Amino acid sequence: MRLAEAWRVAWDALRANRLRSVLTMLGVIIGVASVVILVAIGTGTKQQVEQQVEGLGSNLLLVVPGRIEVGNAPVVSPLDLSDADAVSRVVGDPGRVAVTVASGATARAGNRSDFTTVQGVLETTPSVFTRSLSRGRYLTGADVDTSRRVAVLGDSVARALFPDRDPLGQQVTLAGVRFRVIGVFAPLGQSLGVDRDDEVHVPVTAAQRLWGTQRIDGIAVKAPDRERIDELGERIVAELSRRHPDTEFSAVTQRQILGVLGDILGVLTGVLAAIAGISLLVGGVGVSNIMLVSVRERTREIGLRKAVGARPRDIGVQFLLEAVLLTSVGGLTGMALGVGTALLVDALSPIPAAITWWSLALAFGVSAAVGIVFGVVPAQRAGRLDPVVALRAE
Amino acid sequence: MTVPAVEAVDVWRTYELDGVSVSALRGVSLTIDQGEYVAVIGPSGSGKSTLMHLLGGLDRPSGGRLVIGGRDVTTLTAPELATLRNETIGFVFQAFHLLARTSAVDNVALPLVYRGVGARQRRERAAAMLGRVGLGHRLHHRPNQLSGGEQQRVAIARALVTVPAVLLADEPTGNLDSATGEAVLELLEQLNAESGVALVMVTHDQEVAARARRRIAVRDGLIRSDSAHDRPPSDGSGVPATLDPAPSAEPRSVSGSGPGHPPGGSGGAAGATGRLPRPGERPRAEQRLPRSGGDAG
Ligand SMILES: Nc1ncnc2c1ncn2[C@@H]1O[C@H](COP(=O)(O)OP(=O)(O)O)[C@@H](O)[C@H]1O
Ligand SMILES: [Mg+2]
Repeated sequence: MRLAEAWRVAWDALRANRLRSVLTMLGVIIGVASVVILVAIGTGTKQQVEQQVEGLGSNLLLVVPGRIEVGNAPVVSPLDLSDADAVSRVVGDPGRVAVTVASGATARAGNRSDFTTVQGVLETTPSVFTRSLSRGRYLTGADVDTSRRVAVLGDSVARALFPDRDPLGQQVTLAGVRFRVIGVFAPLGQSLGVDRDDEVHVPVTAAQRLWGTQRIDGIAVKAPDRERIDELGERIVAELSRRHPDTEFSAVTQRQILGVLGDILGVLTGVLAAIAGISLLVGGVGVSNIMLVSVRERTREIGLRKAVGARPRDIGVQFLLEAVLLTSVGGLTGMALGVGTALLVDALSPIPAAITWWSLALAFGVSAAVGIVFGVVPAQRAGRLDPVVALRAE
Repeated sequence: MTVPAVEAVDVWRTYELDGVSVSALRGVSLTIDQGEYVAVIGPSGSGKSTLMHLLGGLDRPSGGRLVIGGRDVTTLTAPELATLRNETIGFVFQAFHLLARTSAVDNVALPLVYRGVGARQRRERAAAMLGRVGLGHRLHHRPNQLSGGEQQRVAIARALVTVPAVLLADEPTGNLDSATGEAVLELLEQLNAESGVALVMVTHDQEVAARARRRIAVRDGLIRSDSAHDRPPSDGSGVPATLDPAPSAEPRSVSGSGPGHPPGGSGGAAGATGRLPRPGERPRAEQRLPRSGGDAG
C-alpha cells in the first residue's frame, strides 16, 4: 500500500470515531499545551530576571557578609560606614561605592499610608546602580553628612501616598519621623513578582538614627576596570576580613548572580517541563489503550484486508499511522493552545512568558514519538493477527 | 489446459487446542483447474471452510503440499502469501465482510489498494466491476444502505476486481433468502462461465451442488467423493469456451441487472429476464422443486 493511501485510511478511521479520537487527543493536547506554557513561563521569567540583573551593569560588585549560596542563612552584618570608607580607599574612588541599610517601615502622608522598604543610602547610589529620577533631585553629599530628613520615593510609593498631588516638597512620615520628599524614581517594574518600585531612599545617616544603629547591611562597588573585577573583589574581601576577622565576606559579580539565578530558574523550568511531560506520557498511554481497543473492534476488518492481499506490514503501518496521526494532531492543537495561553498570560498578567522554538519543536517531536512508541504494540498486534481467526471474530 | 489453479496433495490441517490435536483436514488431495465450477458439500464441521482457507492461501497446511498459482505455499513468507492471495484468489464469504463506513465502489477497490493501483484507476475498475454485477447504480451506497443480496454482489465484485484465477465462495448464499440467494448464485455461475475464473463454492444445498460440473463431498476432514474421479467430464473437460482473463470493457450484461430489475430480487423473478443462456443449465422450474430432506449439515 502506498503511504499516502495509508495516511488517508488512518485519517478516515479517526474521523469515523470523531468523539473518541478527540477525547484521546485531549490527553496529548493538555500534555503538549502544559509543556509549552510552563516552559514559556520558566523561560520568560529567566529572561526577565537576567535582563534586570544585566541592567545593573556588568562591573557591579556586591559585598556582603556571609556566603552567597543557595540555602545559606543571612548573617548579621558587622559593617558600618567606616568600612565603606575603607572599601573606598581600596577602590580609589568614593564615587564608585554605595551602601545600604534597609528595613520595612510604614510611610504615611496625610491619611494615606503604605508599608514599604526604607533604604538608607549614600548619594552615590544612582550612579552605582544606574537609577534615574522621574522628577525632583536625588540625595546629596550634604544631605548624608547632615543626616537631613529628606526622601526619594519609589514610583509605587509616590502613587500610593500622593495619588492626586505632586509629592515634591510634601511631608512623609517614616516610622514616625517626618521627612520631606525631594524626588521620585522612574519606575522599574516587577521582578519575580516583587514590586521594585516599592521603596524609599533616605540618607544612610538619617536611617541609622531612625533605627538607632551604626550598622550597614552591605556595600556595592562599581568597578573601574571590568577585566580586573574579580581581583578587586578579592582585595575588598581581604580588607574587610582584616577589619572583621570573625566574619566571612563575599564579593559577587553580576556574572555570578546570573549564574546562580540561571541555575535556579533553569532547574525550575526543567521541573515544570518534567511535570508537564508526565501528563504527555499519560496522554500517550491513553492513545495506546484506544489503539488496542480499535484493533480489537476492527479485527474483522483486519482479517478482510488480509484476505484481499494486505501484508502484515500494511496493517501494522495503518495502525501505527493512526496512532501517530492522533498524537500529532493532538500535538499541533496542544501547541496552538499552549502558545495562545502563554501569549495571553504574558499580556494580561504580571507573569512573563516567552515562547521558544525549541520547546515547540520538542513538544511536537515528543508527541509524534509518543504516537510511535505507544502505537507500536497495537500495530504489531494488528499486523500479526491470523486472518482466518480475525474473519471469524464477533 | 496448462498449470492447475490450485493443487493440494495429502494436505493436513491440525489445530492445537489445550494440548489436544484436532485435525480439521486429514490428508486431502485435489486439483482445481482453470475455469472449473466446483461445489463443495459436507456436514457442518467437516472441514469445508478450513479447506477453502487453505485453497485461498489464507491459512497454511500443517502437512502435505499445497501449490497455488504454481507456487508452493510452504516456501512463501507471509507478505509473499498475501501478494499471492491478492493476485490469484478472490474470496466471497457468507457474512459479506464489507467495510461498513466505506462506499460500494471503495469496498470493491480495496484489493487494488494493496496492489498499488492509483486511486483514479482503482475507482474506474471498481465501478466497471460493480456494473458487471448489476450495481452500476449503487456505486456510492454504503453497505448499510444496500440489501443483503446487493451487499453480496459488492463482495463478489470485490473478489473479481483483481481478475483472480480462483473465486472461493464459502456458503455465499447462507445469509440470504432463497430468491436473493438464487440470483447471487446465478451471478456467480455466469461470471464463472464468462470470465473463466474457477469457482469453488461451499454449499449445504444438494440442489445447488447438483448444478456444478464437479462436486466434492467432504466428511470428517476427508474427501469422500469427487465427481471428477467418478465420471470423466464428457462435455469438453468442464472448461468454458471463453477464457477471458481481463474483464472486458464492453457491456456484457449480467443476469438480473437490467433496468427495472428490483435490487436483491424478490420472488423467483430474479434472473428470469435478460439472462444469457448457459450450456448445461437446468430448467428453472426444476431448480425450484421442493427439497426432499437432502439438506446437508
Ligand atoms: N481455529 C480453530 N481452532 C480449533 N479448531 C478449529 C478451528 N477452526 C476450525 N476448527 C475445527 O475444525 C473443524 C472444521 O471446521 P470448518 O472447516 O469450519 O468446518 P465447516 O466449514 O465444514 O463447517 C471443526 O471441528 C472445527 O471445530
Ligand atoms: Mg464453514
